[in-house]
Amino acid sequence: MTTIKAPTPPGGTLHEHPALPGGFAIPDFDKPLPSREGDREIQYREALREAMNEEMRRDERVFLIGEEVAEYNGAYKISQGMLDEFGAKRIIDSPISENGFAGMSIAAAMYGLRPIVEFMSWSFSLVAADQLLNNAAKMLYMSGGQWGCPIVFRGNDGAGGQLGSTHSWCVEGLYANVPGLKIVIPSNPYDAKGLLKTAILDPDPVFVLESERMLGDKAHVPEEEYFIPFGKARLVREGSDCTVISFGRPVQFCMEACEQLAADGIECDLLDMRTIRPLDMESVVESLKKTNRIVIVDQSWPFGGVASEVIAQITEQAFDWLDGPPVRVNTEDVPTPYAKGLEAAYLPNAEKIVAGVKRSLA
Amino acid sequence: MPKKTVYEAKIEYMQILNEEGKLDDKLAKDTLTDEQVVYLYEQMSIGRQYDEIAFKLQRSGRMGTYPQNKGQEANAVGAGLALEKGKDWLIPCYRENAALFMHGLPMHYVLLHWMGDERGNQIPEDCRMTPLSIPIGTHMLHAMGIAWANKLRGEDSVVTTFFGDGATSEGDFHAAMNFASVMQVPVIFYCQNNQWAISVPRESQMNSATVAQKAIAYDMPTIQIDGNDIFATYKATKDAAKRAREGGGPSFIEAVTYRLGDHTTADDARRYRDQAEVDAWKARDPLIRTRIYMEKKGLWSDKHQTELEDRAKRIVDEVAKTAFEIEAPAAADFFDHMFATLPDALARQRDTMRTSSLGLDPDQIGLAARTQRA
Repeated sequence: MTTIKAPTPPGGTLHEHPALPGGFAIPDFDKPLPSREGDREIQYREALREAMNEEMRRDERVFLIGEEVAEYNGAYKISQGMLDEFGAKRIIDSPISENGFAGMSIAAAMYGLRPIVEFMSWSFSLVAADQLLNNAAKMLYMSGGQWGCPIVFRGNDGAGGQLGSTHSWCVEGLYANVPGLKIVIPSNPYDAKGLLKTAILDPDPVFVLESERMLGDKAHVPEEEYFIPFGKARLVREGSDCTVISFGRPVQFCMEACEQLAADGIECDLLDMRTIRPLDMESVVESLKKTNRIVIVDQSWPFGGVASEVIAQITEQAFDWLDGPPVRVNTEDVPTPYAKGLEAAYLPNAEKIVAGVKRSLA
Repeated sequence: MPKKTVYEAKIEYMQILNEEGKLDDKLAKDTLTDEQVVYLYEQMSIGRQYDEIAFKLQRSGRMGTYPQNKGQEANAVGAGLALEKGKDWLIPCYRENAALFMHGLPMHYVLLHWMGDERGNQIPEDCRMTPLSIPIGTHMLHAMGIAWANKLRGEDSVVTTFFGDGATSEGDFHAAMNFASVMQVPVIFYCQNNQWAISVPRESQMNSATVAQKAIAYDMPTIQIDGNDIFATYKATKDAAKRAREGGGPSFIEAVTYRLGDHTTADDARRYRDQAEVDAWKARDPLIRTRIYMEKKGLWSDKHQTELEDRAKRIVDEVAKTAFEIEAPAAADFFDHMFATLPDALARQRDTMRTSSLGLDPDQIGLAARTQRA
């Protein structure tokens, strides 16, 4: 077997692991991240593509597989032009069978390749659940450390806009429950690039939850290479009245809500968690110690979800710092409605978040 | 336009050594040598003894559960010999023990697996196989994925995956067959049709006359063979492997066999199977016919038999001893292989063996101590 050594990005380090042929690279996370300010505005989808392109150029073991990712350039044009650059051997159109391509990619990862698996929607990952949860998540554990599973699954998560309840899943609530996985949920183009690059280098299975509603969002994305570490929240804005935390698309609603609250003289710390597994509770607790109030905004269902977990951990770790009950803003506890107005009423929004913050202060 | 036939198919059946121990010399040409026949008989006998001991260990409460391979051994040994050790891949379910042993897996590993010790799944570096896969059918996709990785790497090794008749009802089976067919990868789908999926008979599992015909939909070379005939299991696998190595893509083998034992030790097949059916299959036992053949050819005697039985007992006793001599895992060991590097939150859990909300000291609850073997 020809083992290809994991190529290392500048400043990074190569690490051996018995379950990972060729080892794995850890980027230089001590290096400061480049500025978020600038005029190189690109879309969220282009940022994802840039991350994949850069890593595929560096590492010949990386490939992309999914429905319509090659000839059609991706159902959402995330993989535009990638077939032309990397060829059909590495940009692979798959038959419509999520458990099929998930399962075969898991084996390819076990055997030394670095697959990126695109789900057109994370909603479709449900038919591949056994492969994801019983195989990818447990491969290293159940093989007693003999087989690693360095793989990235990525795709659209959450309500895409009138796609109906079967196609609007927020899988973070479901999958965050499973040990062995890493879950990444970027809220903007800058983070999308930096987090996906880290995910591709990561030696464990990583789920990257994108959003169809954000793919066209534009922001400055540095041309240079950068890697955002997992488990490090970003403080989006500072305030001492209340801590607002979120992840993924609702971070944008939180920003809007915080603006409105500031007009009323209420200043919030806003934390973008960026990854759900691992979860940066340290930053949450640190902020809570300053504000003593907390609101968690989570676009999945309330029962047993990420918001519930954050509240549970707060009561374990920082109960004495709370001056009021923690508040969570979730979607309503019903399947995602199809009708436009109902879908909007179902999702978290700035108005609900403002109300949540005011309740936490009451 | 008149109607016309656009596709026709047929399924061939191959038996080389029949239940009376009579060989079809023409078909047997260039298959097994006398030495190989003896070797496979020995492997099957050791496997049968392994089953006996494993069964007893379970019944005496020393092992969680165990699925006997009894009656199906000709498949594991025939395929095991036809494939190249150290080069070809085996992607098993759990009724192919002998093939894994022939390809180098230390025999106590399978006992460790069923004792619930993950170290039984730590396949040694030079063994090309994945650990036993208990969920039905999900591993066939992995066979396909490894074969495809082989193809990308330009290797000429062949991947064989084993599964039962029940597994062919799973979606993963069809996904794996379709992918293998579309991508033309070197995979052998080896179906051990043992007639029963726990308590569900084959005819309730599918309405197809054969399992082999399912491969026709995927335009895959396919054959039905006598799965209790070491010549047929060897030849069918050898032919499929040759085809795969030469770039001919995937093949399908339906090996008609019978599960002489229960599904697992958690099952009692007497509750749903007729004894007459079991008795009829006992007469087709691969060990019996192979022994008759060897005796007729002057390759085997009662003395050989006694010696082999003694040897098999010694080997398996030694294997069981090895498994039980391995110190039971410590409770905190289960954090070891969660991630390539352990995240802080898990490291804290490992160090205290509790979540912080429990507020218990590890010494208090005794979790730092090693667990006991049952």
